[in-house]
Amino acid sequence: MSEQLPEGVQRREFDGTERLATRGEPVYGEPTDGEWRAWNPHRSKLGAMLELGMDTALSGGETVLYLGAASGTTVSHVADFAGPTYAVEFAPRPVRDLLSAAESRERLFPLLKDARKPATYAHVVESDVDVLVQDVATRGQARVALENRQFLADDGRLLLAVKARSEDVTREPETVFEDVREELSEGYEVLEARRLEEYHADHLGIVARPR
Amino acid sequence: MTDETETAKAGWFSDLDSGDLEAAEDAITEGEAKAPREWPAIAVESGYTDSRDEYYDRLHEATMTATRAEVRERERADDQQLVHAIRAMDDCSRTANELAERLAEWAGTVDPDAGTGVEYARTLARGESEDGLEEPAIRSLAERVAGLADEADELREFVERQTPAVAPNLSALAEPVLAARLISLAGGLEELAKKPSGTVQVLGAEDALFAHLRGHAPSPKHGIIYTHDAVRGTHPENRGSAARAVAGKLSIAARVDHYSGELKPELEAELTERIETIQARTTDEDVDSDGGADDE
Repeated sequence: MSEQLPEGVQRREFDGTERLATRGEPVYGEPTDGEWRAWNPHRSKLGAMLELGMDTALSGGETVLYLGAASGTTVSHVADFAGPTYAVEFAPRPVRDLLSAAESRERLFPLLKDARKPATYAHVVESDVDVLVQDVATRGQARVALENRQFLADDGRLLLAVKARSEDVTREPETVFEDVREELSEGYEVLEARRLEEYHADHLGIVARPR
Repeated sequence: MTDETETAKAGWFSDLDSGDLEAAEDAITEGEAKAPREWPAIAVESGYTDSRDEYYDRLHEATMTATRAEVRERERADDQQLVHAIRAMDDCSRTANELAERLAEWAGTVDPDAGTGVEYARTLARGESEDGLEEPAIRSLAERVAGLADEADELREFVERQTPAVAPNLSALAEPVLAARLISLAGGLEELAKKPSGTVQVLGAEDALFAHLRGHAPSPKHGIIYTHDAVRGTHPENRGSAARAVAGKLSIAARVDHYSGELKPELEAELTERIETIQARTTDEDVDSDGGADDE
């Protein structure tokens, strides 16, 4: 496994196994070691992408727009090693947990907004962010990525987790992924794509850059 | 707020005084912009803050306050409101129907061509009937009936608007009124989430269920979920299977709604797929009717 972990992310030992970890207040009852806390790839698609050695080009300290933050499991780790992090989530209930994760993280900005309507948060989220992370469980995931491209710097990266079952449960995941990639190519060039099967069934991890 | 083009280009902080957290909260929640801009730089340039760091501090404070308030607001749309609304809706339409019957009976003694039902009461209330039915007491009663029927319609709209906020998955799988009825029969969303799907299947069929338990009736196949298209639209022979499938998915939806609140579109697709399989069973028998049946 190649080591291209961003600064602020390390492999550390927890109870005898090597695991990814970041430094920050624990959020979801994960094991801790001093100020380090384990990053569970089973609960985080971005964690799985890093664990599987995908080249995310993350180096630490970036400005991040995170779509589909849910209760903040992954975005809390991102905020631990990145710079200003905008977390967008649509459902009120998980946002309650997101708020408590953001309490101790001064550069994490929680927003109760719909990722399909970028105009409702374009007055808050700055332009030219370095990384756009997307993990939304709606139909039209490629469309969401395309509509939010306006936030991303020209040399930025899209880190996308595609959930096949959100698009259409009745179709083969592979064909769903193909459609998503094709639609995505309207605005992005896919650099790397990999199934996250070891950790998340029927998910595809994509690293792309705007074209 | 100035003219439209300027608002479209403005950041959340543009019209704000530095210390005004309440206005910042509104701006974050209500504001919009056509496209993102270099907000931190613009904020410093315009003198809203002295440095980028200070800008981010303010933004953190403002987004935390705004989002917390918005969450509280959205969650106030709670299940108990729905329970009251749906019960009031039923009371209104039942009473409107009863009174409409009484009205039809009365009006029939004065005018042999009198109609029946709530619709007739509405025409009467509008004063459109040209039958010289000039008994003011009858017209007045008709107005009450029409008023009650309007109230029932408004309550239905309220339920249709509120249920998706309270139970997004449940109202995606069942239509909002059925979702609200299930919540009301169970006594709340939490109570519904804790019921096994077999109970959900026969909610609203308590009489039939207890007759069955006393031993002199077959077990009911479905309760209120009979009104779900997937149950009603299925051949009677397979309705039990359909009701079981619908109840199973609705229970899962209620649990997701109560414990997580996130929308899971795959539930709906899974249910559609399952129902198609069940409905295909009858289609096998009558091969000639291509694609089968009056279901769709």
